[in-house]
Amino acid sequence: MGLVARALEAAGVPTLCLTAAYSITAAANPPRAAFVDLPLGYTAGRPHEPDFQRDLLRRAFTAFEAIDVPGTIVDTGVRWSDDESWKDSASSGLNNGVVSAEGDTRSERSPEPQYQYDDDRLAAEGA
Amino acid sequence: MSSGPVDYIARTREQYDSLGYEPYRWAERPDTPPWTSLAKPVADSTVALVASGGAYRRGHVAFHWNDDTGIRMVRTDEPAVDVRLTHFAYDLVPAREDPNIVFPVDRLHELADEGVIGGLAPEAVAFMGGIYSVRRAEAELIPQVIEAVTAMDVDLALLVPA
Repeated sequence: MGLVARALEAAGVPTLCLTAAYSITAAANPPRAAFVDLPLGYTAGRPHEPDFQRDLLRRAFTAFEAIDVPGTIVDTGVRWSDDESWKDSASSGLNNGVVSAEGDTRSERSPEPQYQYDDDRLAAEGA
Repeated sequence: MSSGPVDYIARTREQYDSLGYEPYRWAERPDTPPWTSLAKPVADSTVALVASGGAYRRGHVAFHWNDDTGIRMVRTDEPAVDVRLTHFAYDLVPAREDPNIVFPVDRLHELADEGVIGGLAPEAVAFMGGIYSVRRAEAELIPQVIEAVTAMDVDLALLVPA
């Protein structure tokens, strides 16, 4: 996403990257980023907690207006909870959490569309 | 007390080593990033949502899981509960229960009502991150995102990865 941000900004659109993956974002070096200390897959907050999600976005937009040096990553202070045990098993998802040499359990990289519901396939194919 | 961010680059390197894979090469851009100043305060700005969690809507062809470099334009006047998600590399179960956690369309409408942002663009730009080839992301995906966002007369883009 950092590369998308850089390209958009070069095309004249100010950008803000939300990120839960500080090191990956720091490497890609987008113009403006807001860090949230949440697991991957929850970048915009905890499910079914609209107050948490709104607070996260408010903090991100506040950060957005404050950044004046290209390449800044602001820590929003948003955290999952006081219990940080989720970090013990967190992985980038590039191998779906495989942490030993037990084998490669990534989802198959199929070239077929992966529908959430079969009904979606019918709707798309009938369109 | 926070223990600090998880270093996913270091963890991925260790995992790939243990599996006998070649090291994954993350995109690195150490030069000063491009910069466009805000034209107006966020409270007066129309926001484009750009999200890489694999969002699509019924009627769309869903993303495939083999470096799909396409985009889907997802209307933002329908609630998040109608958004579908597909992605090979993160846990889809919680996101499918509440798509706002990777596609915060309901929350952005509420922030527009509150006056935190000026408004939300009528369509969001959705794609599926986890494209392994940086070359293909830059040659195939990014030009489509640029074209879609710049065609929408917005003041800023909020980028939400999964």
